[in-house]
Amino acid sequence: MTEHILRMSGITKTFPGVKALQDVNLSVRRGEIHAICGENGAGKSTLMKVLSGVYPHGEYEGEILFEGERCEFGSIRDSERAGIVIIHQELALSPQLSIAENIFLGNERARRGLIDWNRTNYEAGELMRRVGLEENPTTAIADIGVGKQQLVEIAKALAKEVKLLILDEPTAALNDDDSAHLLDLLRGLRDEGITCVIISHKLNEVTAIADSVTIIRDGRTIETLDMATDHVTEDRIIAGMVGRALDNRFPPHEPTIGEEALRIEDWTVYSPSQPGRKVVDGASLTLRRGEIVGLAGLMGAGRTELAMSVFGRTYGVNISGKIFKDGKPVEIRNVQDAITHRIAYATEDRKRYGLNLIEDIKRNISAAGLKGLARRGWVNEYEEYKVAEEFHKSMNIKAPSVDSVVGKLSGGNQQKVVLSKWILTEPDVLILDEPTRGIDVGAKYEIYTIINRLADQGKAVLVISSELPELLGLCDRIYTLSEGRITGEVPRREATQERLMHLMTKGQE
Amino acid sequence: MSTLTLGRGRVPARYLPILVTGCLFVAMFAAGGIRYEGFASGQVILNVFIDNAFLLVVAVGLTFVILTGGIDLSVGSVVALSTMIAASLLEGPGWPPYLVIPLVLAVGSGLGLVMGYIVHAFDIQPFIVTLAGMFLARGLCYTIGTDSIPIADPAFTVFAQTRIDLFADLWISPSVVVAVVVVLVAAYVLHYTRFGRTVYATGGNEQSALLMGLPVGRTKIAVYTISGFCSALGGLLLSFYMLSGYGLHAVGMELDAIAAVVIGGTLLTGGSGFLLGTVLGVLVLGLIQTIISFEGTLSSWWTKIFIGMLLFVFIVLQRLFSGGSRR
Repeated sequence: MTEHILRMSGITKTFPGVKALQDVNLSVRRGEIHAICGENGAGKSTLMKVLSGVYPHGEYEGEILFEGERCEFGSIRDSERAGIVIIHQELALSPQLSIAENIFLGNERARRGLIDWNRTNYEAGELMRRVGLEENPTTAIADIGVGKQQLVEIAKALAKEVKLLILDEPTAALNDDDSAHLLDLLRGLRDEGITCVIISHKLNEVTAIADSVTIIRDGRTIETLDMATDHVTEDRIIAGMVGRALDNRFPPHEPTIGEEALRIEDWTVYSPSQPGRKVVDGASLTLRRGEIVGLAGLMGAGRTELAMSVFGRTYGVNISGKIFKDGKPVEIRNVQDAITHRIAYATEDRKRYGLNLIEDIKRNISAAGLKGLARRGWVNEYEEYKVAEEFHKSMNIKAPSVDSVVGKLSGGNQQKVVLSKWILTEPDVLILDEPTRGIDVGAKYEIYTIINRLADQGKAVLVISSELPELLGLCDRIYTLSEGRITGEVPRREATQERLMHLMTKGQE
Repeated sequence: MSTLTLGRGRVPARYLPILVTGCLFVAMFAAGGIRYEGFASGQVILNVFIDNAFLLVVAVGLTFVILTGGIDLSVGSVVALSTMIAASLLEGPGWPPYLVIPLVLAVGSGLGLVMGYIVHAFDIQPFIVTLAGMFLARGLCYTIGTDSIPIADPAFTVFAQTRIDLFADLWISPSVVVAVVVVLVAAYVLHYTRFGRTVYATGGNEQSALLMGLPVGRTKIAVYTISGFCSALGGLLLSFYMLSGYGLHAVGMELDAIAAVVIGGTLLTGGSGFLLGTVLGVLVLGLIQTIISFEGTLSSWWTKIFIGMLLFVFIVLQRLFSGGSRR
């Protein structure tokens, strides 16, 4: 018996063009709860995918020792056989099947090829008792809440005789009671000898539950701290997560700030999938002409949900609150209303929500603003081509012609097409959700220049970003969002990464 | 495999399937011309048009639906229902054609409208909605009558027997003129109107179309209505061609129409394809029938076998083309 149940050393994982992980080391002691902390995109999830065999041996460099043995997992099945189970943020349950069926999915209790239903339901009941889930084993997954579904996932892991349980953001979607119950359960499992690795953004939970913490930043291990001996506080973790120097990656910009363009008051949005859960809770914010405003928040804070609910109610139910455009109250019921009121929203997921990938550049650019290029329903193709050519030049879209298919372009050029499309609708307010996600450094600079130019034209720009340095380098003012609530508003001169991270991780009092 | 180099020019991937179908058509025609006496004449191609004008009209309507990523299985039944309504009203109460024709078109469009509304409003797969429509329309045929009803209306018979002479002994039927007009109007609408753009945008990526404020719901309802209208018009053309109405007309025609659209290079997932492709698809199907009838010894089932093989080839081709841009 070794002291460490898991040692990962020198893990390097490269995606085309990006080094996601670089020489990462992780050691987890037997029977502890080990937290992994880092900003969005720091490489936490990638590391866990390497460990659980999602990225099979050979696709990464480095060595994994589990229970003192070298492991070369080819698939998730291999890692599960060794006793490593990962529970992803998006739960992997089959909604129409019963709790018991889900617990033994792929691991069925069968005799001579036939399912032994008595044993299945009986053993499921036993496991459910262990995780404190009071439901009938035959209840369908779709009929229980997310908190209970999380428990089913853990029961499923226990059914596989898990030795190392990995939880990715287990409490992100849970309310306070369910979170507290889950954390208690993890302590109980630790006492039974099951080692847990937990990835969490909620630092108060990390300090409350973890025995040690490893901090990852930009794909590298920064440090591993022992919670007890190192006297780790939330501040200490934040310092490790953000400790990175700002360099000259942002074009200089002098803002000329004008009148108020958009004001949102007391904006509340409920989740469409989990009735009663507030995703945005009484948020108020103001955007002025010529100003670039940042919206900072960790994964699950409700940034995109806030933006999309404002943009023609494309997310959420039971939306309440007021929107003022140029000081006047407006009613925005759908996307067309939003466009009419000169509001544009460029999505964080270009490929799924922002572009028609099988269509060419000119038709993607003209799609939202086609009204201006058509008369009585008939499109002026010459005008369309001309407009697309203008954007091709002014936005520096690198493609042979405007007839090129958008799906073949690089991320940066796709983003320029998205921006062109919205600029064509002549908005006063642009909401840009993760405008530089998946874009290389050079193209990022170009996008920043475009954003500055838009502000100089008197437009109000709201930038949603997971990268704090980006917000600090670009924005004149930054709002922080945590658990659906605006927790702070910081002007550029007073903003530091530490201060923002504090506000972003501020929980409910 | 984004482009194919042909001589000096490069053909964008989107035109490739249509080019393949075009080449296939030319190759089949050339092979037929070499093998059979009297095959290589313009009239053979025109006969394909004459015999398949109704299929062409139906396939045009279906192209709209498939471009949005949907499907319409009801077209064959609506064709049969249209022949039945036309024949029974002309022959029974002796309604004049100028009342019967608009009524038939209205019934077809109305059925399409209802199916489109159900698809949109209840967010149900078009497959199952139009399957229900298929059974409904076919069943309604038999409430009108279980036997074939011959049409003796003078206007219909004149329309059926008229030959429009072109140059050099070539001729077409009025149905071909109707079909060509439908094709031209439809191609124009798809290419030059905001509605047409929304059809492509919806099929290409419905979620992004919604987030651009495009009227996705209205467009979806409209394409099923168009398909219903085209089916009814196809039904009228078929009743000119057959001079009868019958509940067993056009059985399985929806599948011929789907095959024609797919062979014409339109993606079943939507968002990519051209009406010219659909025309070529119908011509290829018709030419297979012609070749088999020229062969004389082959059973007509060989048509199905060839269509089957062609479909396999084309869906694999589509997979290869679209694979590159859908990562």
